[in-house]
Amino acid sequence: MFERHKHTHKYSWAAVVAAVAGLAAVASARAEDSVKVGLILPMTGGQASTGKQIENAIKLYMQQKGDTVAGKKVEIILKDDAAIPDKTKTAAQELIVNDKVNFIAGFGVTPAALAAAPLATQAKIPEVVMAAGTSIITERSPYIVRTSFTLAQSSTIIGDWAVKNGIKKVATLTSDYAPGNDALNFFKQHFTAGGGEVVEEVKTPLANPDFAPFLQRMKDAKPDAIFVFVPAGQGGNFMKQYAERGLDKAGIKVIGPGDVTDDDLLNNMGDAVLGTVTAHLYSAAHPSQMNKDFVAAYKKAFGNRPGFMAVSGYDGIHLIYEALKKTNGDTDGTKLVEAMKGQKWESPRGPISIDPETRDIVQNIYIRKVEKVDGELYNVEFATFEAVKDLGKTKK
Amino acid sequence: MTAILTNLFDGVAYGMLLFVLACGLAVTLGLMNFVNLAHGAFAMTGGYVCMVLVNRMGWPFFAALPLAFVSAAAIGIALERTLYRHLYTRSHLDQVLFTIGLTFMSVAAVDYIQGSSRVFINLPDALQGQFDLFGVGIGRYRLMIIVICGLLTVGLQMVLAKTRFGSRLRAAVDDPRAASGLGINVPQVFAFTFAFGCGLAGLGGALSAEILGLDPYFPLKFMIYFLIVVTVGGSSSITGPFLASLLLGIGDVAGKYYVPKMGPFVIYTMMIVILIWRPNGLFGRTAAR
Repeated sequence: MFERHKHTHKYSWAAVVAAVAGLAAVASARAEDSVKVGLILPMTGGQASTGKQIENAIKLYMQQKGDTVAGKKVEIILKDDAAIPDKTKTAAQELIVNDKVNFIAGFGVTPAALAAAPLATQAKIPEVVMAAGTSIITERSPYIVRTSFTLAQSSTIIGDWAVKNGIKKVATLTSDYAPGNDALNFFKQHFTAGGGEVVEEVKTPLANPDFAPFLQRMKDAKPDAIFVFVPAGQGGNFMKQYAERGLDKAGIKVIGPGDVTDDDLLNNMGDAVLGTVTAHLYSAAHPSQMNKDFVAAYKKAFGNRPGFMAVSGYDGIHLIYEALKKTNGDTDGTKLVEAMKGQKWESPRGPISIDPETRDIVQNIYIRKVEKVDGELYNVEFATFEAVKDLGKTKK
Repeated sequence: MTAILTNLFDGVAYGMLLFVLACGLAVTLGLMNFVNLAHGAFAMTGGYVCMVLVNRMGWPFFAALPLAFVSAAAIGIALERTLYRHLYTRSHLDQVLFTIGLTFMSVAAVDYIQGSSRVFINLPDALQGQFDLFGVGIGRYRLMIIVICGLLTVGLQMVLAKTRFGSRLRAAVDDPRAASGLGINVPQVFAFTFAFGCGLAGLGGALSAEILGLDPYFPLKFMIYFLIVVTVGGSSSITGPFLASLLLGIGDVAGKYYVPKMGPFVIYTMMIVILIWRPNGLFGRTAAR
């Protein structure tokens, strides 16, 4: 018994030594000519679909464009934080200290992006936010650059659009957490400034099993429309119960930022969702040739439709590539962030750029209506608000 | 007035659903004295089986429901025979650790096989929408839940109180040694009961997909609700959990309707108040085991 124990011990030590030596050799060989991107995404937990889409999009981009840029090999190190900020922080620390990454990227939810912000500042490396959508994020570190969206962008636009299109009384139903409150406040500001009236305001708990009582309250308030923001994933439940309760037949429309009709889930929501009007940055039905190619390639590689999270990831890795091209492969974090500021390019979602002032994304916001195209449900764009900046920054 | 009735109806439907989901847990926890935190995993199994049968294989919804029950029960009995029975005599902590591990494994397995997105079961048209009954909006699907769950409850109560199996089960629970001395095959009775509880959870899972949403995290998300039902109801009979489910369902719906700002707290506040008033639950045994 003891004999065996000793043996395994010896073997394991030998293995460890060999492994460490091997790693060190690999690391020193790579340090010169590689760029490491630490990707922190929720790959498990309720936000896993966000992580999956971004990971897929990055894989797709690197298949299309190759993994070498400015003479350097781009290496992605993926870590799962399950959208728990504590884990995000640990993951970011490990990536920065042990793996010596040149970028941290991803961040499925706002608290995760905020948790990593001080580390990006300290390590002086760019933090590319590819999902989280609260306005304040880019203000928390001069190294944060965002390629997704802010809720203020779509919520103010839908507010403006609603008052101009005959919607006077609105009841709101938003999830009670930072992005939900952002969406609600910016919508309210613009909607009431235009002369609209919010007749009922309900905040639902984030983990909400059943919308029935809230929807009944909406129905009894008899508004022209309901403004909805629920995190991706709950949209389907909401729409089903909206139809079950007959709100569609009572003539109450659904409006909101596009999260509720995310392409990822839209096609499973059933016909009740037809006619829902949302403002958002991306629809898989965006009519540009570039988007058609993107959607086709994504579908071929992963078997389903890309959503706005996928396109944010796709643009995020593009921004990293472009920054490296501009610095000629220099991996100094401050130079990389400088290189990212003011970048302009054509994305599958349309023309976008990085605001040099705020490092936040400037993009078109589209007003879309859910329609049936070739037997599938799509958000069909019918109006465009061009080059929308984030309106939610607290002025400094 | 109609608002009150509509809320009452929604609350009863929600409560009934909670009951079918949780009553299996009341049986294992209360009757068999086994802490089974993996209960939600069986509910999820039933939900996914129903989803695959209806959406992918084109089964009618009502034909798939019994299959949801059978499959969850079959997995339940397989696990009971191979794993659970070794833990009956272990401490509650061991049982908790074991079953929570099982829960995480089920979450990962379903995530791997079916993906992490939420899924829906395609319902027949007859179950969709609402109709008006004297001005009260009655959801068809919720009405079906009330009917199915109501029948189940009556059936369960009859089986437990009136049949030979019911008395064997109660005997096996009260004193396993004496019961086996009288020739009752206690392990068999337990295995059957456990499987039946799992089957009920599976049925509940299939029914709840439409209302609660079904994704791989179902067992973790709703574990707390199951436990609330069992603690509030007390675990000595099924009447307790039944009344507790109704009370919590109605309370939750009414709370969210009338005081939406306080909505999420109502169910917990009710639990705390009831437990202060009766620490063993509404129908708990006075001597806690």
